[in-house]
Amino acid sequence: MAVPTASEATPGAGRGPMVPRPFRVAARRQETEDTWTLALEPADGGPVPELGPGQFNPGQFNPGQFNMIYAFGVGEIPISISGDPGAGGPLEHTVRAVGPVSAAICRAEPGEQLGVRGPFGSSWPLAGAAGRHVVIVAGGIGLAPLRPALLRALAERERLAGLVLLCGGRSPSQLLFRSELEAWRDDPRLELGVTVDSAEAGWLGHVGVVTTLIGDASFDPANAVAFTVGPEVMMRFTVDALLDRGMGPADVHVSIERNMKCAITQCGRCQLGPTFACREGPVMSYGAIEPFFRAREL
Amino acid sequence: MRSIEDLVAELPIFTGLDAPHRELIAGCGANRVFEAGEHLAREGDPADTFYVIRHGRVALEVAAPAKGTLMIATLGEGSVVGWSWLVPPYRWSFDARALEQTRAVAFDGACLRGKCEAEKAFGYELMQRFAAVMLERLQATRLQLLDVYGGPDGE
Repeated sequence: MAVPTASEATPGAGRGPMVPRPFRVAARRQETEDTWTLALEPADGGPVPELGPGQFNPGQFNPGQFNMIYAFGVGEIPISISGDPGAGGPLEHTVRAVGPVSAAICRAEPGEQLGVRGPFGSSWPLAGAAGRHVVIVAGGIGLAPLRPALLRALAERERLAGLVLLCGGRSPSQLLFRSELEAWRDDPRLELGVTVDSAEAGWLGHVGVVTTLIGDASFDPANAVAFTVGPEVMMRFTVDALLDRGMGPADVHVSIERNMKCAITQCGRCQLGPTFACREGPVMSYGAIEPFFRAREL
Repeated sequence: MRSIEDLVAELPIFTGLDAPHRELIAGCGANRVFEAGEHLAREGDPADTFYVIRHGRVALEVAAPAKGTLMIATLGEGSVVGWSWLVPPYRWSFDARALEQTRAVAFDGACLRGKCEAEKAFGYELMQRFAAVMLERLQATRLQLLDVYGGPDGE
């Protein structure tokens, strides 16, 4: 699919591809001890970035895409968009504070400004999922970049043969979007499995790694497409479990987010062989990325 | 009502075994029902039994001073609960507690060990199947130990 460059995607005549557009924090919600969701709206009052023709939602972004978020005076990092592409309004990003930049972004209060470049990158191939089972496997913060795809899949559920969401987390208190998980548990449109690495007695969900849920999930591996995001170790084992279940490599999609710096293929930091994670990715089929997926040097 | 041999034929751990071997295994099995909260096993107790879950869920737990009871893993339908019956000193290493009403087939470990000793080919077949379960659990445990969600992946 065509991928917009920053100059195409970011309104503002004459703004270079590396120049962020100021956005204002419209709302801020704490998800876990160290993770926050920020709703961002353009500080200039203009529309949020528009995508090119043929893309999923001409109003905002495609599920799976990311923005470069700049905490002024601290630094810039890629953050996946976590909101509903169909909802309009401010752009939502869910950020875990793991370093100085992400911590500064998490600290941004409503009314404060952050720089935004984007949206960038490829998206989850929902358009090709008609009549098929969609299997979403999320680990930790990985649920954030998958949430837009899940929300669109729920909105278009009648197009799909089935919808499965499997979530893994470190502990019950560190699960993202807990109120939504509760609602999805009772939602007949999807099958939900939630597991944590450790829990105290009284936790009624599963305990164990997320890959242990794949074997019993209700989907036809011959007619399914899978999306997975999480730490790369988790994604590797998830890919193996999905292939063991009988899925083909081309039907398993991963999100490769490491080493992105410029997001416009200029710095080469995210290059994986002939591909750039910021351009061909972050969403790539395992079949396409397989030669590089397990390369230790990349 | 289905016989234990019928049930054995449906349990994943025994899939593909020939009828005479299924009969050997069924001879050591019995149906059990555990209510929610009831223990299948307690840490330190003699491990003279293992279970295969037919319906329900079971938590493997360990009591830690000042931390209460910690859940290590949950097991669902088709899962094997317990392999301490295979190796001396035949003692349970963890608690196993039903999280909801759980139906399981309970197998007498000493009975099966005797049959494995008497018929080595059968014993080898059974050990291969349990080794596969142990490998799967070991890999899952290693992933849990990695604490992949705990540290930063970037920045």
